[in-house]
Amino acid sequence: MVQSLDRSQGRSGTPVAAASDVPATFTGNRALQIEEPLIFEQGQPGRTGVDLPEAPKVKDRLNGLRRIGAIGLPGLSEPQVVQHYTRLSQKNYAIDMGVYPLGSCTMKHNPRINEKVARLAGIGDLHPLQPVSTVQGALELIDQLAHWLKTLTGMPAVAMSPAAGAHGEMCGMMAIAAALEARGERKQRTVVLAPESAHGTNPATAAALGFTVKPIPANERGRVDLAALTAALGPDVAAIMLTNPNTCGLFESEIIEISKAVHAAGAFFYCDGANFNAIVGRVRPGDLGVDCMHINLHKTFSTPHGGGGPGAGPVVLSQALAPFAPYPWIVKDGSGWRIAEEGSVTQGTPLGRLKAFHGQMGMFTRALAYIMSHGADGLRQVAEDAVLSANYVKARLQDVMTPAFEGPCMHEALFDDGFLKDSGVSTLDFAKAMIDEGYHPMTMYFPLVVHGALLIEPTESQAKEDLDLFIAALRSLAERAKSGTEAEAFKAAPRLAPRRRLDETLAARKPVLRWRPSNHPPGGDPLKQAAE
Amino acid sequence: MRYLPLTESDRRDMLAAIGARSIDALFEDVPQSARLAGKIAGLPDHQGELEVERAFQAFATRNVSPSSAPFFIGAGAYRHHVPAAVDYMIQRGEFLTSYTPYQPEITQGTLQYLFEFQTQVALLTGMEVANASMYDGSTAAAEAVRMANRITRRAKALVSGGLHPQYRGIIETAARWEGFAVDAGKPDAEGLETLIGKVDKQTSCVVVQNPSFFGHVRDFSRLAAACQANGALLIVVVTEIVSLGLIEAPGTMGADIVVCEGQSIGNGLGFGGPYVGLFATRDKYMRQMPGRLVGETVDADGKRGFVLTLSTREQHIRREKATSNICTNAGLCALAFTVHLSLLGEAGFRRLAELNHAKACELAERVGALPGVALLNESFFNEFTVRLPRPAAPVVEALAARRILAGVPVSRLIPNDPSVDNLLLLAATETATEAGMAPLVAGLKEVL
Repeated sequence: MVQSLDRSQGRSGTPVAAASDVPATFTGNRALQIEEPLIFEQGQPGRTGVDLPEAPKVKDRLNGLRRIGAIGLPGLSEPQVVQHYTRLSQKNYAIDMGVYPLGSCTMKHNPRINEKVARLAGIGDLHPLQPVSTVQGALELIDQLAHWLKTLTGMPAVAMSPAAGAHGEMCGMMAIAAALEARGERKQRTVVLAPESAHGTNPATAAALGFTVKPIPANERGRVDLAALTAALGPDVAAIMLTNPNTCGLFESEIIEISKAVHAAGAFFYCDGANFNAIVGRVRPGDLGVDCMHINLHKTFSTPHGGGGPGAGPVVLSQALAPFAPYPWIVKDGSGWRIAEEGSVTQGTPLGRLKAFHGQMGMFTRALAYIMSHGADGLRQVAEDAVLSANYVKARLQDVMTPAFEGPCMHEALFDDGFLKDSGVSTLDFAKAMIDEGYHPMTMYFPLVVHGALLIEPTESQAKEDLDLFIAALRSLAERAKSGTEAEAFKAAPRLAPRRRLDETLAARKPVLRWRPSNHPPGGDPLKQAAE
Repeated sequence: MRYLPLTESDRRDMLAAIGARSIDALFEDVPQSARLAGKIAGLPDHQGELEVERAFQAFATRNVSPSSAPFFIGAGAYRHHVPAAVDYMIQRGEFLTSYTPYQPEITQGTLQYLFEFQTQVALLTGMEVANASMYDGSTAAAEAVRMANRITRRAKALVSGGLHPQYRGIIETAARWEGFAVDAGKPDAEGLETLIGKVDKQTSCVVVQNPSFFGHVRDFSRLAAACQANGALLIVVVTEIVSLGLIEAPGTMGADIVVCEGQSIGNGLGFGGPYVGLFATRDKYMRQMPGRLVGETVDADGKRGFVLTLSTREQHIRREKATSNICTNAGLCALAFTVHLSLLGEAGFRRLAELNHAKACELAERVGALPGVALLNESFFNEFTVRLPRPAAPVVEALAARRILAGVPVSRLIPNDPSVDNLLLLAATETATEAGMAPLVAGLKEVL
């Protein structure tokens, strides 16, 4: 039995029932948690959730390629579909439900006005290839966001089309390759340097472009080892890819020395801007000597993560890289706004095209709404509150958990698993136990440079009283883990979630990646199957 | 400020708990020269919700929305009716504000709908396996070429002249910077026979589109056989997914990889994004796929559940050896796709496709009958090409001035090629009405 914590409202602590006390039910359902079969295990032939008129009979123009066989889609009415996906939704944790401290992912509040304005007919219902005379407002909107991004980063140009952060990395590294080619150095500069703590996308991007990735070590303070970096720089180095603040949640204090050394060696400085949310309004990456940086609009500017996308990854570019920006971009001339694209570009040598049309407009709209809501004053406050909250969590946990590094952190607090030593509880067990307490776990085992890493990013969106309850819950878990007597309970966690731990080995060894009648036999009563 | 819960007194208390004298002390690692003393000049301060909404309404009023004008534009993005239940569902916070499902115990909602999405995509394309989505169809096409290069260990892609010109541009951009060759056919001039003749033992893949950019519907079975004989992969691109309700699936024609733009189902036009890329292939290539995959498994109690799987292909595990650098995909757009397709079901999806084709047949007949206008397609689904007696771009501009959104001049996407100057692409979906077709036909008659 575990004594639950008092909420600040003064409700008294009631003992939480252990999972074994929960009665079995006929349906397998547990009150609001409804067991839900696959959509393919429901429905009846001929049933539909839409009313469409019968098509007039025409002599078809399909070149004899009419699809004959059944596709295999189930038929359901609208209420069935709504119930199905509503039940599924209730098996998800979300920012809207509470603290979501997933380090490096920046789960901040998603304002609903952003959703509303993205759905205005004059914004959401526009075709990308309408005559430009009919989309002047849309083009100005993109340009206005571009202006904010350039001003906030202190950079002269921005490529708006990349669809996500990793796509932005591809854009930035292609721009660097283009600049090297223009200098006649593309063949000789084949090495990209990246710290071992880098996001996996950094080496993946560099390798895709044919660069050899060489790791650069960190010093004992969790920052790039400047001496080792300087030693690695040479005529074969194309660029450094560096996240700042870095993935340990620390600001690279020698960043200016780093960028000077990189430039002195004739290489470029790619900054992974995933953590721009920690410094927006307080530091301009342009002042740090950055040549290009992608901005994950879903992180710093709160476009919804949506269960894994869509994102948007505009890339700000230095004067040296701006001429190589990909198609398209927005320009204004005497006749109004227009789109510079293939065939209409007269300056620069664009690296090519990365995406159809003009970028993730729906994300631009939401990000601009977030930016306008906060303004120059509010964005600075966002960074300050995010950093303050992370340091607060770190300070209140440092006596029961083990911070990976000393000194203030930026927007996320990194711990190692030192505090779990000899407890029989792993980082994974600890994280899973948080689920039963009603929290999404922090990021685990990343960055790779810290043993059993636990990376907590509270963001600016949480009230202090919610942080306090979160901290108290983690302290309680840490103390229970360290007691050395509850390892089995931790290993069994979570017990109260819609599912207990899932067999990931089985999933990978015998991949079942889709419903098939052969591996999902028909005729089974879904209710009964679920109950079994 | 409405989104920031911390009060001044909270901030003081928190600084005290940290033992920092000021917020500036927490930023002491920032070099002195890069510290901004105050807010950045020249940018406005925060605004209330009312003011923000007004600003966006001002943007919106300066655009002409297809909801307020006759509309016949396609070329890779199509206007369809999206049921209200779709948008309701994707706005549920449990879906909207959740992250990539790294903790499967508390993200079964996302994982199960992605499993359903993968199944739907496999069924529509006639393939064995599909991933949990890509950014969009255009970027997925480039990923398919990369995948074919990996599988075949070859570095030459043949690209049909019927492929969407921007898709082709993306593949050429990848080729240029990643170091492989692209042999691209002239826009639509090249027949299937020429393409078949070009496949050889150096070819990693052939990229075709069905219906083509110009709207033609083709059988690629013989091309598939030629690919197979030479050890090359056939990549079929579908930019209008609704066509698969009426046209034979690419998998049946022998495709090895199918990539589609899924926007038409569940996702509005949105001025070009975000959309959702569909990516399907054969079981034997499963482990060479880019992107996230959801698989079925059981939990500690033996209950069925879903997890992200085969992640040893991915960047966060494999780093420089990953199959792709993709991380985020299009989760919420995939949900919209899945909900809309579930609402349609087999009967609704097929009827939707029939309706689109019937509308396009009617439009083709009426426009093709105008003096001086020639319909270039023998076959099409919901989009076709006409040759006008004069350049199409100014014709479209003239009609736009009358608030008629009359299709895409091919020269917009294939610039500097006089042979396409007079070509106009016209699309008609189930949203086309007599109230839209009549002004288009009358308007064309007047401005030609």
